[in-house]
Amino acid sequence: MQKEIIISGFGGQGVLFAGQVIAYAAMDTGKQVTWIPSYGPEMRGGTANCTVVIADHEIGSPLVKNPPLVIALNLPSFDKYEPMMQAGGTLIVNQSMVDRGAKRDDVHVIMVPCNEIAEEIGDKKLVNMVAVGALLSAVSEVTLKDIEKALEGHLPARHKHLLPKNYEALKRGYEYAQREWDKVPA
Amino acid sequence: MAKELWKGNEAIAEAAVRAGLEAYFGYPITPQTEVLEYLSRRMPELGRTFVQAESELGAINMVYGAACTGVRVMSSSSSPGMSLMMEGISYIAGTEVPAVLVNVMRGGPGLGNIAPAQGDYNQAVHGGGHGDYQPIVLAPASVQEAIDLIALSFDLAEKYRAICMLILDGCVGQMMEPAEMPEMKPIQRGNWDWATDGKMGNRKRRVLSSIYLDPIEEEKMNLRLLNRWRTIEENEVRYKEYFLDDAEIVIVGFGTAGRVALSAVREARAAGIKVGLLRPITVSPFPHKIIEQLAGRVNAFLVTEMNSGQMLEDVRLAVKGRVPVEFYGRMGGVVPFPDEILSEIHRMTKSKLSADIHPRDAWLDRMAHI
Amino acid sequence: MATENLVYERPVAFTDTPTHYCPGCTHGVAHHLVAEVLQEMNIIEKTIGVAPVGCSVFAYNYFDTDFVEAPHGRAPAMATGIKRVMPDRIVFTYQGDGDLASIGMGEIVHAAARGENLTVIFINNANFGMTGGQMAPTTLPGMKTSSSQNGRDVETQGYPIKVAEMLSTLDGVGYCVRRSLHDPKNIRLAKKAIRIAFETQARGLGFAMVELLSTCPTNWGMTPVNSLKFVEEHMIPAYPLGDFKVSEAIKGIKI
Repeated sequence: MQKEIIISGFGGQGVLFAGQVIAYAAMDTGKQVTWIPSYGPEMRGGTANCTVVIADHEIGSPLVKNPPLVIALNLPSFDKYEPMMQAGGTLIVNQSMVDRGAKRDDVHVIMVPCNEIAEEIGDKKLVNMVAVGALLSAVSEVTLKDIEKALEGHLPARHKHLLPKNYEALKRGYEYAQREWDKVPA
Repeated sequence: MAKELWKGNEAIAEAAVRAGLEAYFGYPITPQTEVLEYLSRRMPELGRTFVQAESELGAINMVYGAACTGVRVMSSSSSPGMSLMMEGISYIAGTEVPAVLVNVMRGGPGLGNIAPAQGDYNQAVHGGGHGDYQPIVLAPASVQEAIDLIALSFDLAEKYRAICMLILDGCVGQMMEPAEMPEMKPIQRGNWDWATDGKMGNRKRRVLSSIYLDPIEEEKMNLRLLNRWRTIEENEVRYKEYFLDDAEIVIVGFGTAGRVALSAVREARAAGIKVGLLRPITVSPFPHKIIEQLAGRVNAFLVTEMNSGQMLEDVRLAVKGRVPVEFYGRMGGVVPFPDEILSEIHRMTKSKLSADIHPRDAWLDRMAHI
Repeated sequence: MATENLVYERPVAFTDTPTHYCPGCTHGVAHHLVAEVLQEMNIIEKTIGVAPVGCSVFAYNYFDTDFVEAPHGRAPAMATGIKRVMPDRIVFTYQGDGDLASIGMGEIVHAAARGENLTVIFINNANFGMTGGQMAPTTLPGMKTSSSQNGRDVETQGYPIKVAEMLSTLDGVGYCVRRSLHDPKNIRLAKKAIRIAFETQARGLGFAMVELLSTCPTNWGMTPVNSLKFVEEHMIPAYPLGDFKVSEAIKGIKI
């Protein structure tokens, strides 16, 4: 088993942390995992991304050319990764930040209004967790429960009071994406 | 101890602390800066020495000074900073004091960029500073390996009164992986008979220097280093083998290039191609013997690096022309994807390989599309 | 029977090795003063010296203390490394003007700025001695050297650097003075300054440097006596003697 995930968005959208949470969940459930960020000047205000690879064997390349799983939190990320996606893959797009639909029909593009959902929960910073929840609808190796446990286990103590809202964001994202999947004809 | 998710650079810093690091001197440079940042908090917390030097020149000479007293000392930098350190590195080698150095390599030459690269292989392995010396050079490919090799590097540096350098690329430095830290080792200063730590108790005074004005004396020193190197070559070669038992093609790659190759090897195996991987862990001393042995039973080698084929020459020396050696490299901070190496494997199984053209020239022709 | 007064004794802080310095060079005087101070303070055993590259490269042969030999200009960095891991030892550098004021300017300024507890003996003889008398940052305007053969032209070769004045502006510096070695009176004053510079370190009062105006008869092309006169008549006007920084705590040191 090997799964590769790319998470991309503006700096400040919590892209790197979203990847780390998935990495923690994979580690805690006994899997091999790598997390690697784009780093340096391009992160200052521009787009940031990270790649997470989960496997049950020693991981080779920590980077992936044609990812099967992508979260795009803004339009530049959508534009960049849609053409690179593996056919049959799943692309979670933050609908709140894009003004177009999918161009490819061989990729599952799931539109999720992450900003609106996060604002409904009452914290704009939860955009990343909404998207992670949505992504889990397409990943069987890591469950919602695993992510919740990872948050609980690895969030610094000073942030622990934020856990309930994080759980809610994950759940709302997951459920929204599930409903989108149900619309896809079998 | 349970596994934790560690970033390569921070893992190196903590592993050094646990190996008994008493003093760290460094200077900020991407993609290595987290080592410095982490230790700026961690070392004072433990009452140990941390100095952000005025330059890499300052840092390496602080390392040199502290090394002369016999404590465990380290610095870290990235490519342009390592170039600045070369002066001190040569002096440290010439003075025969132990020091651990970490180079988180980036794209070059010159200012280059901050993306992962392996272009400092020759600088590290084949000198870089002036004069005849050879440092021990280790090339971790994962966060766990970096942790394990840091602990080893302090032991090796002290055992052989030598420089032990870790070369890793920005990928390993910036990557997070689950890893296990060793237990904290107590600080234990060796009772060295060479350390200039003050002639307390009225012992005979000691002088540490790299000066041998009499050429015969300098030559004796050169011979001493070389004989020591022979012992190091006999005892300290390390590498990891993957799928070599029935391999007909062997890929040789270190660090990130090696682990990217592993992905390609798995895919090729799934397609029924008998390919294996040899990943050198010590690039100096270089694993000549195993490559020489493999050359007697495999059909071809493919060297993959994130440079223009610097280790390639060492592989060719070991293979001695007995079978074709092919090369695939990316440079300038570009990390190869597994499919690039996979297509090289396919190419090698399909076409007749020639030993007449230098593998770098052949590769350069294939790179014409870029 | 006439009584004899002992007026000179070889300091025990010296080894038996004869120095390699040229006749009339004041390096020997400076060495002697440092050795006397180490002996008087009873710190020979715990002293670690850092030798430079330049005429005093072999300083490690002459002092009966542990010694290391630094790359050109890097003595303050090397000394920092030693002192930080061995704070109870006495660490000093002995550097010339090529070493300290040219190639090693970065290292000396930052060691001073960090307030490293080090003692620096800085020999200013207005040229690169070891390599055969080339222009140094301290070479006087108009002075002929082997690399300023028409005399130092400040328009193209810049102005002399007044190191003691410059370093005295840094907060990390506890003690920073300039003395001269051209006559017995000044030599006695220089010794006192060297003593205070080591006392400064022993008490953890910050960075201490004594700049010593020195002769270089060989490269200046003068007799020893004339070179002493040159220091008095030409060097001192350009490099005034004095205390440029003496912190309050150091002013209270009684020796």
